[in-house]
Amino acid sequence: MSTLTTATVPTKWWSGGKSPFNVEYGKLMMWYFLMSDAFTFGAFLIAYGTVRFSTNGWPDPNHVFKSYPFASESTFAPLVFVSIMTFILIISSVTMVLAVKAGQEMNKRKVVVNLILTIIGGLAFLSCQAWEWNHLHHEGAWWGHNPFLNADGTQSTTNFTNFFFTITGFHGFHVFSGVIINIIMLIMTLNGVFEKRGHYLMIEKAGLYWHFVDLVWVFVFTCFYLI
Amino acid sequence: MEHSAHAEHHGSKNEVRNVTIVLTVLTIIELALGFMMMKMVDGSAGKLSTKAFIIILMIAKAYYIVGYFMHLKHELRNMIMTIVVPLLLFVWFIIAFLYDGNSFKHLRNTYDPYKNAQKSVIVEKKEEGGEHKTEEPAEKH
Repeated sequence: MSTLTTATVPTKWWSGGKSPFNVEYGKLMMWYFLMSDAFTFGAFLIAYGTVRFSTNGWPDPNHVFKSYPFASESTFAPLVFVSIMTFILIISSVTMVLAVKAGQEMNKRKVVVNLILTIIGGLAFLSCQAWEWNHLHHEGAWWGHNPFLNADGTQSTTNFTNFFFTITGFHGFHVFSGVIINIIMLIMTLNGVFEKRGHYLMIEKAGLYWHFVDLVWVFVFTCFYLI
Repeated sequence: MEHSAHAEHHGSKNEVRNVTIVLTVLTIIELALGFMMMKMVDGSAGKLSTKAFIIILMIAKAYYIVGYFMHLKHELRNMIMTIVVPLLLFVWFIIAFLYDGNSFKHLRNTYDPYKNAQKSVIVEKKEEGGEHKTEEPAEKH
């Protein structure tokens, strides 16, 4: 696969008789799906930005996301818990890259190990998010309920919680489906499906999806927790 | 693009390690800026420029994830263009929608007397425990 993509002789890719993109069908379609998904998330985040730009006040994220599990009520530790979530996702992305690389080397054992690590990372992230949602819900935040005041002390609208739960929920659903896809890949690898097929391209496609989930988190993390 | 042949055959393992380090460092810088911003005044030039810098770091992280982890940088130029060119629509989306939102705020602040009065009302900080108890039963009905 790798030797095909790097032609040393200049090739006329559009002269016909070959694929001008030089990637397998499923991988190309995964890219196009991810592009459409990028527009979906982009639309969500731009809607959030538009509403935030059209509103006079907005809650300070540091005062909303200030706790972590087993912390006391009065804890003020902004950015701590979410940075753990961010690093979990980055590391699980790295193990996914290693699984893809192992697949290219036809190393079944390494694929299995790295896929398991990726799945654990995904589940850890989901658990963190479940805790955070639960915590915010207990503080009275939910769709249509916003207990937090604006940073300047004025009454806030429910836009803040609506956008937060919708967008992190949509992202969490992607993480969840990514974990399911990775579990299916793990079962297929263990059954030797890819070994019989002669290539691990399926792992690469699952990997693309998983990296995209990480990519979206980069944007969600910045837009909701940092700025 | 020029380095693709080289990276594919030699640097693969190092590339993963290097990109991991880059992503980690960028995230740590983002977090440090986030902590720095807490002390800044809302709406001040310093806070706004810090936010702008965080957005630049965010785009850099996205570039590394898409380029190296998703391997797009090592694909054919045709392949890169079919993905990247449509995404340029986002440039227009972001500018148009945020400008529109901002304009809406100014129009409302100028011409809507009700909104104008409401935005300056300072709400007293409620007791967090007490408020929670009164809201829970109402939600279950």
